[in-house]
Amino acid sequence: MSHVTAPRAFVRTTLITPKSAPRSSMGVLVRMRQRLFAGWLSAGLTIALLSLIFFTLPALVRFLLIDAVWTGTDREACDPMKVGHAVGACWPFIAAKFAQLICGFYPADQRWRVTVVFAVAVALLAPLLAPNLPYKRANMLAFFGVFPVLAVGLLRGGFFGLPSVETQLWGGLLVTLVIAVTGIVASLPLGIVLALGRRSPLPIVRILSIVFIEFWRGVPLITVLFFATYMLPLFLPNRWTVDALLRALIGVVLFSAAYMAEVVRGGLQAIPRAQFESAMALGLGYWQMTGLVILPQALRLVIPGIVNTFIGLFKDTTLVLIVAIFDFLGQLRAAFADPNWATPTTLFTGFAFAGFVYFCFCFAMSRYSQFIERRVEVGRQR
Amino acid sequence: MPLEARIRRSVPQPPIYNNPQVRAAFYQVALLAAVLCLGYAVFTNARDNLAARHIASGFGFFENTAGFGVNQSLISYSETDTYGRVFIVGLLNTLLVAAVGIVFATVVGFIVGIARLSNNWLLARFAAAYVEVIRNLPLLFQILFWYLAVLGALPAPRRSISLFDVVFLSNRGIIVPRPMLGSGAGIVIGSMVMAIAMAFVLHILAERRRSATGRKSPSLPIRIGLIVAPPLVALAVWGIPITLEWPELRGFNFVGGDRIIPEFVALVVALIIYTASFIAEIVRAGLLAVPRGQVEAAYSLGLRPAAALRLIVVPQALRVIIPPLTSQYLNLTKNSSLAVAIGYPDFFAVFAGTTLNQTGQAIEIIAITMGVYLAISLVTSLLMNWYNARVGSVKW
Repeated sequence: MSHVTAPRAFVRTTLITPKSAPRSSMGVLVRMRQRLFAGWLSAGLTIALLSLIFFTLPALVRFLLIDAVWTGTDREACDPMKVGHAVGACWPFIAAKFAQLICGFYPADQRWRVTVVFAVAVALLAPLLAPNLPYKRANMLAFFGVFPVLAVGLLRGGFFGLPSVETQLWGGLLVTLVIAVTGIVASLPLGIVLALGRRSPLPIVRILSIVFIEFWRGVPLITVLFFATYMLPLFLPNRWTVDALLRALIGVVLFSAAYMAEVVRGGLQAIPRAQFESAMALGLGYWQMTGLVILPQALRLVIPGIVNTFIGLFKDTTLVLIVAIFDFLGQLRAAFADPNWATPTTLFTGFAFAGFVYFCFCFAMSRYSQFIERRVEVGRQR
Repeated sequence: MPLEARIRRSVPQPPIYNNPQVRAAFYQVALLAAVLCLGYAVFTNARDNLAARHIASGFGFFENTAGFGVNQSLISYSETDTYGRVFIVGLLNTLLVAAVGIVFATVVGFIVGIARLSNNWLLARFAAAYVEVIRNLPLLFQILFWYLAVLGALPAPRRSISLFDVVFLSNRGIIVPRPMLGSGAGIVIGSMVMAIAMAFVLHILAERRRSATGRKSPSLPIRIGLIVAPPLVALAVWGIPITLEWPELRGFNFVGGDRIIPEFVALVVALIIYTASFIAEIVRAGLLAVPRGQVEAAYSLGLRPAAALRLIVVPQALRVIIPPLTSQYLNLTKNSSLAVAIGYPDFFAVFAGTTLNQTGQAIEIIAITMGVYLAISLVTSLLMNWYNARVGSVKW
């Protein structure tokens, strides 16, 4: 006989009081608490940074816009004594020196030539940078082959009734861009040759390439510029006189070719062995294999690296002011020395403007390089 | 006649100029000949040009009197000293800038790099803005900015900005108290150095014992005692041998104290800020390169976040960080040559600048300058490669 025991189970007869809803993990306030006030340290940092913004941003806006002087012809316009209140940025200084900052001492009636060169450069470069436009090959030929010759011819003049303009008169942003573009355009082929040489099976070729690359990478650019300025003339036959700008360009090209070689080598190393082997199996010789199979792939991979080298070179062109070539920064420094514009805020105004220009160029280029990098990555993942 | 040789004879052989080995040898000999010809042309041109311009050659100028002043020198220097001494003064100044710059750029770079990965949104944005702005402005621009706009805008010494009456900022530089070493100072400092070295050795021994036996040695209190006790004993015996000479404003300038020249400050600050932005990116990439699973595995083994960071994440991140960090150190050292633009007497400015101007011996001086920078580069990369081989030998 089984005998029914009392049930062990407990059956609740009343409802539990409902729990309140879990705290929302969404919404602006919660996100703010998580991302800005997660703990004592985080909250302290947030408050410190907020107060930093609170103190500096209004001051900056006041200096650049509200208290700034916009019109004037000389330092009187920006003199706090004359104006009667605190003076911010002295923009008429930039306006007065603008032509000098862009083209240096290029004769005023010939400046249209600089404008034409800039316009042609933009017209050729813009379609080259857009990845989806056709005629890349013709475009590249135009920009890297035809344009440099045309630009130098137009800028130097001396034919077809164009007055000749010596390179000593060139300056400002013009010289900055001439040096940077020449440096890249000339150093790319040299860098490719050096990179191939460094990976060559021929020992003498390899050793010479390594020595060349490591030598130029081991010394600062300024010593290279001094080498080109003071030492190179001694190495050339006596009757050759080399223009100061050309000497600096030679130095820059030798220097950046070494860096370019390392960038290209990175691309060559990223090509799978099978590509080399299948090219050889198809019966291609060294140059056919390199030119038709390896380089087209490798160079596409290293476009971001090339752009980054270009950014570095663009920034490094400022060094030519040490060998008395007045690039953008050099012209700015020269403009500071003008007693006509000696005001308390001239320096800050000049640096703000020049900083803005350099930042725009470099930032745009670095964003472009990132954009290409993402495209290359997508292409490789397929 | 063996079969092989008979076959070879019957099959037409390719001409000798198509033999790959012959070709390789020919190309290499041709290249070498071209390089040697170039070298010979350079040599003869240089000899003729030097003769035509009556420029002396050789390294005799090292013995000549320099005759120019140098406004910062770590060793005693006067205008009557030789160019050889100028060389050393400049080299020491360059090494000083490089050492100070590398230490602080590393600290700032690590802080900014970690801040970019911070959970705090505002801090991460600040760090990102810092990196973007600083990396996209030329270094020379920044050096000139600090030198002309910031330090140049400081008031004259009479109205200098004082920080607690200890440090004074003016457009003549930064005035700081000068430590004066009395008798016995050498013993006190020496005992401190000895104590730190002993503590370091003890630490290594304790770590070895721990990894061998798993037992922790109570080395920390011993180490602290080692570092603190001997200097205290020395101080008790010889008294305080180091006194500070306080700067004092007399008339238009300061008397006493040490002056850090504004050129040095501008150069070092610009180098630190510039290089730190690159180091920050390297650090960030290194930390992101450690797979997430490593941290999770560490947590599941029971490590606390700080220990996981110190024992698991950082050692692995360092392997990624160190090679590019080396090249940033080299860049900083090479970039210190921009000192010439603001007149800080670094190696480049006094040697390739002033000495070259005065002697005109371009070939020797520029060759030596390049050689010195090459040597610095080589030594740094050797040291870092050695460290890298120690830290980075294991691949994950």
